[in-house]
Amino acid sequence: MWMNNLPPFIPFFIAALLVLVTRGQLRNIILVATPLIGGLHLWFDVQPHVPLIVTEGLAVTNNISYTTNIFSYTLEFMRVDKLSLLFGYLFHIAALMAAIYALHIRDTVQQVAGLIYAGSALGAVFAGDLITLFIFWEILAISSVFLIWARRTERAIKAGIRYLIFQVMSGVLLLAGALMYFHQTGTTTFDFIGVESAAGWLILLAFGIKAAFPFLHNWLTDAYPEATPTGTVYLSAFSTKLAIYALARGYPGTEFLIYVGAAMACFPIFYAVIENDLRRVLAYSMINQLGFMVVGIGIGTALALNGTVAHAFAHIIYKSLLFMSMGAVLYRVNNINGSDLGGLYKSMPWTATFCIIGAASISAFPLFSGFIAKSLIMVATLQEGYEIIWLMLLFAAAGVFHHAGIKVPYFAFFHHDSGIRTQEAPANMLVAMSIAAFLCLFIGMQPQYLYALLPWHMDYWPYDLTHVLAQLQLLFFSALAFVWLNKQGLYPPELRSVNIDIEWSYRKLLPAVGRAGFNLMNSVNHAMTQLLQNSWRSFQQSLRTGRFAKYHLTESWPTGSMVLWIGVMLGGYLVMNALT
Amino acid sequence: MTNKDNDEKTYLFDNPRNVSYLLRGFYIICALLFIADFIVHRHTYHPWENLPGFYAIYGLVACVILVLISTEIRKIVMRKEDYYDVDE
Repeated sequence: MWMNNLPPFIPFFIAALLVLVTRGQLRNIILVATPLIGGLHLWFDVQPHVPLIVTEGLAVTNNISYTTNIFSYTLEFMRVDKLSLLFGYLFHIAALMAAIYALHIRDTVQQVAGLIYAGSALGAVFAGDLITLFIFWEILAISSVFLIWARRTERAIKAGIRYLIFQVMSGVLLLAGALMYFHQTGTTTFDFIGVESAAGWLILLAFGIKAAFPFLHNWLTDAYPEATPTGTVYLSAFSTKLAIYALARGYPGTEFLIYVGAAMACFPIFYAVIENDLRRVLAYSMINQLGFMVVGIGIGTALALNGTVAHAFAHIIYKSLLFMSMGAVLYRVNNINGSDLGGLYKSMPWTATFCIIGAASISAFPLFSGFIAKSLIMVATLQEGYEIIWLMLLFAAAGVFHHAGIKVPYFAFFHHDSGIRTQEAPANMLVAMSIAAFLCLFIGMQPQYLYALLPWHMDYWPYDLTHVLAQLQLLFFSALAFVWLNKQGLYPPELRSVNIDIEWSYRKLLPAVGRAGFNLMNSVNHAMTQLLQNSWRSFQQSLRTGRFAKYHLTESWPTGSMVLWIGVMLGGYLVMNALT
Repeated sequence: MTNKDNDEKTYLFDNPRNVSYLLRGFYIICALLFIADFIVHRHTYHPWENLPGFYAIYGLVACVILVLISTEIRKIVMRKEDYYDVDE
């Protein structure tokens, strides 16, 4: 079609410019054609010339082309191997679904931002060196914030600023780490980095912010639910999964990540159970899903890494589907609080059906995409002897079914009838959701096609009787717990509320400390001024009552005496000048 | 968004009978899955998996504990909707 090694971000950036100058149907065609043609080109014309090989530490060899130089660094825009190629396909699919889903909007800001955002994610995935990665990392941060600001509410604008601070912080850490890495190793090539050096830790921290590591996660649950209905679909696909890609390339087999990942898989589900905003529930469950992937990277065997990559692939699609269905509800009803919804299956049956397919996929029901991906990570965890981690992941798997699998569809579409009657989602939204739903089922039922794309060699097939039975037991009895708790009235009701999380420290504590500090400084300032003024006044007083008071100069300074003294000073200068 | 009153058609789950059918079917499936553990020959990776009903009991207990702990957490972390919008 066109030159084989054209970096995939270029068509997206050009399309973003074209969108600025076009209107109506032509613009819609550009929006849909860009990811479609770009994806087909990648699929048919671009081959990894040198396959990934598994060695100690899973070193990666690759094919690099399309380089340019900036300062003394070589920028490599097109590094093609099976790992980058798989994420390349995936990001094209996600961009296509999001573009179709957003076709009904007439908002140039969102459309341009969406294209640049998707393009920069692709640029980062194919980046062969850390400086190129940094450049796209920053474009990604800045373009994505416009999808939040496009909601145009005060909350969204403030959340967007907080989001941007975290993203820019991540970028700065990445640049600092990359420069240190360059000085230590003499190269900026983005391959295995590891945590043997301070530079490695800095870059890991940069990736960790983007991947929503515990304590660094709150930007995600803060900002994603504040974005526009269509913006969140874009956001859910790219940033965090780019971080997963970067971790999988730079830090496979880093044991620290196993524990981080297990914590990520477990803690958000408690919040998800009590959260009222259903898009925020999905944001928490996203951290839970990222946790599985991070564990896979930490284990770092071929099976585990394949599991991570496969899970990222399945996850983007079903998470988009879930965010799309909740976005459709938000678009139609203008409300996404579990406390106010219910009974929407009556007016939005298709959206409800697609949401259930997404829910079954994230819960890893057999025949749905989550099942064939999550299994790889679970088996790898057990094979490598991390039994406690395995139990934690099993708990997280039951938990994700509980909140994302049951709670989200149940409170939005079923539960008690809220009396809300509305229309089915617009046709373009339904098309986008049906593509995602089809892919969830296709990947779940025909996993061999996805498995063939995975970067490392493995010998695994998820559909054996034991495994299917175990998974069904886990899920059905989790559902039984939900039914029982509901019947007993023990299930926490949906309440209009917010739950404080780590963000409390910078949204409440820090401002409070700041205010207290300001007040303290203010009163110290006041006290000091008082003290100085008082002592000055008493000094004046002592002069006024002293022996020199009769010379008047100490009390008031009339113009005449000032002129006199100026005359004296000038005379003094003259004398000094004459003497020297 | 419109509110129709009583003239609207009855939907699938408006009839409590359908809900109880659904639940009854669900209980039967749960029971069958539990019994299957004793019948099917399983290939397991780990001795814990050989305990009869391991996955079923783990799923049930995990979710009950999850919800009970969450309810307790809620007492600590829940605030009014406009908590972050007002300065105290």
